[in-house]
Amino acid sequence: MVEHTGIRVVHRGGSKINFREPVITSDSRFLLCGSGESVKVYSTSTEECVHDLQGHTDLVTGVVLNPSNHLQAYSCSADGTVRLWDFTDGILIKTFIIRYHIFSIHVSEKHVGVLFVVVPMANEKELFQLVAVHLPRSGDPEVEVGELSAVLCDVSPNPGAVSFGTGGEYIAAAKGLQLEVFFFKKQKSYRFSLKSGMNKGINNSFTCISCHPKEDCIATGHADGKIRLWRNFNQKKEYTYSTLHWHHNAVNTLRFTPEGSTNLLSGGIESVLVQWRYTQENQKDFLPRLGAAITHIAVSPDGSLFCTSHADNKITIILSSVKVSAIIQGLVKDDCVRTDLMIDPRSKALVLNGKPGHLQFYSLHRDKQLYNLDIVQQEYIHEQGVDQFQVVKAAFDTHGDWLATVEERRQKSSELEINLKLWSYDEQTQSFVLNTTVTAPHEDQITAMCFSPSPETTLLVTTSLDGHFKAWLCQLAKKIESASWSCDFVGGYHLLKPGCCCFSADGSLLAFGFQEVVTVWSPTSWELLTTLSQPPGAVRDLCFGRLSCSKYLLGTSTKNQLCCWNLLTCSLEWNTPMDVSLLQADPFSENMAAFCSQSGSTDLFVFKPSEPRPLFSKKALCTGKVERAIFAPRDQMLESSEEYSQWLNRSQLYFLTQHMDLMTFSTKTEEDRLLASSKQLMVDDSVAITPFYLLLGRHKQQQQEKQELLTNPLAERTPLPQGSIAIKELLDTPAHVLPSASFLCSMFVRSLLVSSSSAR
Amino acid sequence: MASFKPTKIQIYPQLGAKVTQDTLYWKNYKAPVQVKEFGAITNIDFSPLAPHNYAVTASTRIHIYGPFSQEPVKTFTRFKDTAYSGRFRSDGQLLVAGCEDSVVRLFDVSGKVALRMFKGHTKAVHVADFTSDCYHILTCSDDYTCCLWDIPNSTELTKYKEHSDYIRCGATSKLNKDLFVTGSYDHTLKMFDARVQKSVMTMDHNHPVESVLFYPSEGLLVSAGGRYVKVWDLLKRGQPLVSLKNHHKTVTCLCLSGNGQRLLSASLDRHVKVYNTTNYKVVHSFDYTASILSLALAPEDESVVVGMTNGILSIKHRKTSEEKQGPTGQPRRQPVFRVFVKGRNCVPKQDDFLVSKSAKSHLAKYDKQLKRFNVSKALDTALEKNRKPEITVAVIKELDRRGTLKNALAGRDEQNLSQLVNFLIGNVVDPRFAPVLVTATEMILDIYKAVVGQSSVVDRQLVRLQELVEREIDYQQDLLEVLGMLDTLFASTLPRKEEVCREHAPVSYEISYFRGYP
Repeated sequence: MVEHTGIRVVHRGGSKINFREPVITSDSRFLLCGSGESVKVYSTSTEECVHDLQGHTDLVTGVVLNPSNHLQAYSCSADGTVRLWDFTDGILIKTFIIRYHIFSIHVSEKHVGVLFVVVPMANEKELFQLVAVHLPRSGDPEVEVGELSAVLCDVSPNPGAVSFGTGGEYIAAAKGLQLEVFFFKKQKSYRFSLKSGMNKGINNSFTCISCHPKEDCIATGHADGKIRLWRNFNQKKEYTYSTLHWHHNAVNTLRFTPEGSTNLLSGGIESVLVQWRYTQENQKDFLPRLGAAITHIAVSPDGSLFCTSHADNKITIILSSVKVSAIIQGLVKDDCVRTDLMIDPRSKALVLNGKPGHLQFYSLHRDKQLYNLDIVQQEYIHEQGVDQFQVVKAAFDTHGDWLATVEERRQKSSELEINLKLWSYDEQTQSFVLNTTVTAPHEDQITAMCFSPSPETTLLVTTSLDGHFKAWLCQLAKKIESASWSCDFVGGYHLLKPGCCCFSADGSLLAFGFQEVVTVWSPTSWELLTTLSQPPGAVRDLCFGRLSCSKYLLGTSTKNQLCCWNLLTCSLEWNTPMDVSLLQADPFSENMAAFCSQSGSTDLFVFKPSEPRPLFSKKALCTGKVERAIFAPRDQMLESSEEYSQWLNRSQLYFLTQHMDLMTFSTKTEEDRLLASSKQLMVDDSVAITPFYLLLGRHKQQQQEKQELLTNPLAERTPLPQGSIAIKELLDTPAHVLPSASFLCSMFVRSLLVSSSSAR
Repeated sequence: MASFKPTKIQIYPQLGAKVTQDTLYWKNYKAPVQVKEFGAITNIDFSPLAPHNYAVTASTRIHIYGPFSQEPVKTFTRFKDTAYSGRFRSDGQLLVAGCEDSVVRLFDVSGKVALRMFKGHTKAVHVADFTSDCYHILTCSDDYTCCLWDIPNSTELTKYKEHSDYIRCGATSKLNKDLFVTGSYDHTLKMFDARVQKSVMTMDHNHPVESVLFYPSEGLLVSAGGRYVKVWDLLKRGQPLVSLKNHHKTVTCLCLSGNGQRLLSASLDRHVKVYNTTNYKVVHSFDYTASILSLALAPEDESVVVGMTNGILSIKHRKTSEEKQGPTGQPRRQPVFRVFVKGRNCVPKQDDFLVSKSAKSHLAKYDKQLKRFNVSKALDTALEKNRKPEITVAVIKELDRRGTLKNALAGRDEQNLSQLVNFLIGNVVDPRFAPVLVTATEMILDIYKAVVGQSSVVDRQLVRLQELVEREIDYQQDLLEVLGMLDTLFASTLPRKEEVCREHAPVSYEISYFRGYP
């Protein structure tokens, strides 16, 4: 087995945009947020990503606007650097190297040239301190920062628990049951602590903090849902606080709006944005049903826009009149993907379960969520401890006309609730419409579900832990809306529990894994054709070969076996001992991908069932098991001729690691192409793009290239005049958009000349 | 910001409610025309002649209505007391009626004064009818006798004194001038032949007989009395053929449809039932607002006329073929309609700036309460009278999903609780609702077990609930036994193929609902 260096494993989109608080620029046109290892700049009006500021080598942990220049922003990262960006042009201005894992960043207008960052304490990793960083004045793009002075010790790493007050006169930080306020003028700090309510069953620890922009008032949020407004805290004894209570769960975030009409915004798991009128706290405005728990609130410097980050990787932009104006939605990643990864045959989007009770359609090429499909169609109750319906299985038929989904809810005491829903594609609305609901299709959990690929019938097969599999047949009508589904066949095998099912590529065979036995059925007559078995170990995954390998059936078992049966002879062709956690067939070729977990990490093998040698193998792909992977079609075919990367020509393999990172493989040719396109974009940026420019500008570029070619002594030969790009361009462009003939003429003649250097 | 998603009401497949030819035929009537009479309407009779007027006997008058007018075309008022049984002769020229004052009067349909008065009975005469030769009249009276009269010289021909109680119904044969049948409150039906001096056949109905009817062939006889409708075979010497019990109050009236294929019975329980005369199954039924005393069908079933105890005459006319198609085709153009549609069919022009108005979504009452998290009130509104059980069950299910069902069920007073338990008694064994309601029942028992014994009403209901559940468990056990038997039968009839095990899925579903119930 050879390790190939031409193929790299890369992160591909889908990173969290709700990890830290987003920032709205002072003109309210852009929104900046950390997304994985980069900072993304979104337009607040169109929701489109304008720039992707790349440079950090680890998770971005905070973004703030530069208080002395409102067109610049600082970002801090876990890689120990703070970077200064010009976000309108997407340019990195400076890098400050701090050499500590930075957890959050804070700035204030009063403290010019000073950044406040939270870093771990030197001796103990569990404790954190807030330090002031004095930025050195130097012209170099990379500056080492030596001078760190501690401001507060033992602070919370949560950026919401530290806040500047009254334009930077003091800084307040909360941790546990203690609030600490540090006055810069007096260089003195006061501590206020709450009595623990633990013995009464109340958790009243601090969760977040926000300071009033003008008055001496600190608002703190607590885990029991209360908000306290602290006043007179510039002395030890006579401080006061008042309590506001609406939230029934922890207050996740608090924010004062800037001066003018100062209000207090708060949010929590209820997913309701609450606006409290300052000084008239019994007057509240609500914005309910925002979709998921609110994790951060940000306010634009002029107070005209709010935005809320949500637990489902979403940023909602809200006008100050408490109306939603835009939603920026990233890939929703729950703690696990219950449905498999799928590709929608129509939109070629990646489909997986997203928000609770929804399926999300995510465009891999544009790194953008296309839409959410509400599967459960029930009011979502934002409360802890409520059993919600979960979408656990989904399947598309070959043309994308039908979508089948299974949702289930397991109550604490009583039995399982399962619904099987069948959705038909509506051409007019361009989305799926519910056609049939089957309540309780099986008596126990559904383990696998697949559509028949045969074009004649629309058939769905489900297998369940109750020991049966069922075939659901669609009675097609003239209109797809009036089609209906009914159960066609119920079968089983010795009351064993079926775990997986798979159709052959032409739909003539259907294989079920009944624990240790593989049964092969004919879906037309529902006859049991043959049984195959390779004990010990239950069958985990089944896969038919495709195209030239369609006589093979592959199966993996829990006892570390990968078997290949020949269906013509009904005998075992080969088997090999490996712990395959996932077997995935490429729908566009004979290739199969097997992810094997070995001593804590995962190896990948790509092979053809008919050949003994794998096409490609990669050891230690990532740590942990890979449970979900999918071959996605490419929009443009690659023309790689190297043997080891040929399997990536028509499709691309995406997989989800244990930490829910979406990864893929990229080849050298692909990266070259990407690089080239980004270079061209750079040139395009400098001049306004008009149709005329596009034509002329490209000519200029080609001239430059040619000049490079001329000056390059290693250039071996000029291209033949017939194949010259200049001629082709001249002949292909319509006459009415061409520049004047005199301009073209000289260029044309020059392109015909044989250069002296190559003639030599 | 997403809008509130209303509670999903599950749609259950309807079993058995199929649309048959009969329902289509009998539903194809217009909305009824109602006419108020002075008293209870005891008899309705259609004229056999062409316009098919009908005589309605109510209180001391007989009104004759035309087929389309709501106003009587003629009225006979020369009765001293309540009139009974106004019937037409087969040529439609004469009308005979009995009276409470024991005098039988014969009218010319065009005249006003009685042509003949037959005096001879001593008590009220409830039945008067012409024989098929048109020259005689049959009368039956509360003095236990029935008489045959000669019309031309108004003399009594024969008097039969065989019954031992009031005679309240009778019918003459249309094929034989000498045959007639009487039904009496002494529970018997007697068939008489005018040529002999005594009854030729006696049948025992077991209940006071309210109505008798010959089949067109006159081989069969139908009688109604008590809650029963009985059919007798006259050719087998009055052997009982069928006994139908589809009403829950006394059946008062019988009639046949125009083609003789359907039998209609009307009852004090306010229903009219339509039977198929070949298998005597109910194929359709009509509901009315009051107890029905009389019923008649126009020839060819063109209209259904029903008289009720509260004096209301209800007339339903058959829809004509163009009305049947409904209001398709040209829509009605009226000024009101134009105002209503104003601006709705306006298409925006190219430069127009479109201001969209958000459509207001209307939520059901229980959804409004659910939106406000008022769980108890949501359950209360869902339990209101006349709500479909599907809706109530859907709300209970939604509350259970939210984890607040216990809060919604708790804290109820006696009246509220009894309403709730009443609903459970009605629906807990329904296989469609059982999975949801069993949970709710368990919760109620858990919550209120401390206060059992404080209210006699609730205690009685709980005992009823217990009995119901016990009976259901026994029933399910029986079903499981049957299923086991069926399994062995299937197993022995299937071809010997050991690997495959097929199961009949739908049966096993229903049973699984009650598995695991304590």
